[in-house]
Amino acid sequence: MAAVMPAPAQSQLFLSGNEAVARAVWEAGCRVAAAYPGTPSTEMLEEISGYPDIYAEWSVNEKVSLEVAIGAAYAGSRAFCAMKHVGMNVASDALMTLTLTGVIGGLVIAIADDVGLSSSQNEQDSRFWGRFAHLPVFEPADSQEAYEMTKAAFDLSEKHQCPVILRLTTRICHVKALVTVGERESHTGAGFKKDVARWVMTPAGAVRRIPLMFEREKTLRAEAEASAFNIAEDGADRRIGFVTSGPAYMHVRESFPDAPVLKLGLACPLPLEKIRAFAAGVDKLVVVEEVEPLVEMELKANGLDCVGKDILPRQGELAPHVLKPAIARLLGEPMPENLAPPQAVAPPATVFPRPPTMCVACPHLGVYYTLSQLKNITISGDIGCYTLGAGHPWNALDTTISMGASMGIAMGLDKGRGEADKNKRILAVIGDSTFMHMGMQGLLDIVYNKGNVTVLILDNRAVGMTGGQDNPGNGRDIYGDPAPSVDFAKLVESLGVKPERIHVVDPYLLPVLFKTLREEIKVPEVSVIITNQPCVLVDDYKKQPPFKVIDDKCTGCGNCVEVGCPAIHVMRREKAIKPSGKEVELQFVQIETAACTGCGLCVQPCAPDAIVEVEAGEAVSILKRQ
Amino acid sequence: MEQQVTNILVVGIGGQGVMTATEILAEAAISLGNDAKKTEVAGMAQRGGVVSSHLRFGLKVLSPQITPGTADLLLAFEAAEALRWCHYLKPGGLVLMNTAKLVPPVVNIGLYDYPNDPIAEVRARGYAVHAFDAMEIAMTLGDVRLGNTVMLGAASDHLPFPADALLAAIVKRFSARKPQLVELNRKAFEAGRAADAAVGHNEKEAA
Repeated sequence: MAAVMPAPAQSQLFLSGNEAVARAVWEAGCRVAAAYPGTPSTEMLEEISGYPDIYAEWSVNEKVSLEVAIGAAYAGSRAFCAMKHVGMNVASDALMTLTLTGVIGGLVIAIADDVGLSSSQNEQDSRFWGRFAHLPVFEPADSQEAYEMTKAAFDLSEKHQCPVILRLTTRICHVKALVTVGERESHTGAGFKKDVARWVMTPAGAVRRIPLMFEREKTLRAEAEASAFNIAEDGADRRIGFVTSGPAYMHVRESFPDAPVLKLGLACPLPLEKIRAFAAGVDKLVVVEEVEPLVEMELKANGLDCVGKDILPRQGELAPHVLKPAIARLLGEPMPENLAPPQAVAPPATVFPRPPTMCVACPHLGVYYTLSQLKNITISGDIGCYTLGAGHPWNALDTTISMGASMGIAMGLDKGRGEADKNKRILAVIGDSTFMHMGMQGLLDIVYNKGNVTVLILDNRAVGMTGGQDNPGNGRDIYGDPAPSVDFAKLVESLGVKPERIHVVDPYLLPVLFKTLREEIKVPEVSVIITNQPCVLVDDYKKQPPFKVIDDKCTGCGNCVEVGCPAIHVMRREKAIKPSGKEVELQFVQIETAACTGCGLCVQPCAPDAIVEVEAGEAVSILKRQ
Repeated sequence: MEQQVTNILVVGIGGQGVMTATEILAEAAISLGNDAKKTEVAGMAQRGGVVSSHLRFGLKVLSPQITPGTADLLLAFEAAEALRWCHYLKPGGLVLMNTAKLVPPVVNIGLYDYPNDPIAEVRARGYAVHAFDAMEIAMTLGDVRLGNTVMLGAASDHLPFPADALLAAIVKRFSARKPQLVELNRKAFEAGRAADAAVGHNEKEAA
């Protein structure tokens, strides 16, 4: 992304939370920003890389991104890193000791929780990290606050010499709202000052820093008590007073315009006295927090009577259509008229699901089509577009939990075989970026401990699922400038995989892929098959002329449908009796030629050669359905 | 205390320009002095999933999410998506429906059926429907990607502000990014507006 002249101060811009944070990071004079892509956090670093006078990088994983930011902050520069919630699980090893050393330059860590699981493997509450690491947590409620709190977080971080967490959720990151922006301040790094007792965390050093951390927490609690980000808003209807934070605040305000609300912005450490005073002015205290009952538990532990998760869901967003009925029940009032169960006047219609699919011509299609043809295998999967291989029509993925886990899990599936899996072949499927993020160590484990796993590294030269970001494997950095790139074949060879067990295969050549896979799963040792075609969403991908189906030749065998390409459409179904007497359903297909990019995958399994290239000059079309 | 906020829900499938269309609607609303919030859940929408984009604008907008049963207008870029989301409309609300059917792989492989008659099913739920083939109109103008501008044109006479403000937002956006496409988008806007007017007229005749 090319650097553009940022909009002038006082401009009112329509920004997503991620864009607002990026603007604030730049304005705060931050000099170093790092992240690994992850929904819903990705756009923060993408945006930052477009601002001048700030170094930005895609790090290989979240832990490294935090460490890069720590180093910069140790050197006295303002630093920033961003990650999705599960990223902090990876980075937390650094975080939990960083809280002891603290920082010199302001360090802000944005953690984006995917409340509602729009694109994640779990739903976590990152506010826990504030309690766990004894660090302050800001919780913005919209883009303007995301902007303001990011700037305040840098100041607070420098004032108390500790990192500050900015807790975002999908409903902040991906909501656009108006933001009034300001000017960039200049903060130059003071330079790294040697201080072994502080920066080298041996047991002897750490034991002296722990009391300082608790002292700091007391000071921060006083700061939270006085903070203008924690505001009590009065209201005429005092039957219920709400304590809330983040996007839930907006939902509360929307739902109960007349209720008193204590809005937490600098929400950790909790301003207990402020809440106690607020509670004294209302009949009942209700805590509205996404996801875990953290504030609620802390209030109850401190003797403050309140209601929370006993009436509100423990997962998902607390939108008005969730809040209003719950509060109506609590007050013993009739349901709001348009929210009577099941939540709307007309119940939602039942419509087929439309799960995410792989793209037209995706190189993974060839891999999963081939895997779906193999019998007696267990496939350990990983995080990325290729997780979709678990879905229809391939059903060719058996496990997914966390970044890089396909390796270790495959190893365990191999070593922990039950009687029933004695003859099963174990495979692991992982993408290029995920492999570099956290998969390499797992593969090394398989090699070192002599596991019998066939590993597929799907190198599509991009972080596909988050939008095709660059990575250390594709020869470009975050700015799109040339960068060194990993040679996966050499890398795995140097990890100890035998050269004859390493194959680089074009995933569009189905016979080669099938033959290689079938041979390697029979070999009782670790093999690595690397596929080498780019993601269709990145510039490296070159479209080919589209294919079409010759109607008269299509026999309805349905082989091409099993490839799973979304450009192939079944236009007509017919029942037929095979010579064996078995009834089969024939599926007569058409290709949406306007969408097809000519990868040729569907051509290969087509028995009657009914799929041919669209002739030069022939118009492409969109399929019409009646 | 009823807040004067307009709720518009725009739905479709990843790649159809749903989010861009909503953004342009938001820009038009903002250009007239409104506060606005736009939100969607579209984490994996690029992979052919459902996109639903909420736009709320008015004097002051709090929650960015539209509560089911309160949308003033539903712009559906795909027929079955209109049915999926119509319960977000307030009773009797209006759906502007692109009649094009985009069939996902799970339907192609026979796991699920595509609804027989989405228009009739939406109407049976008590909503008004203006249905037209926005994709066909876009293809006639030479590019399927004009579909979202066609949809905006269709919406332009159902907004609490003049159609010209929406057209101006489209022109402004394309002038800044792709000036060569300004005229084509203007045509797509007018074509969508005309298609909606024609359907609306027929509905009245029929009634």
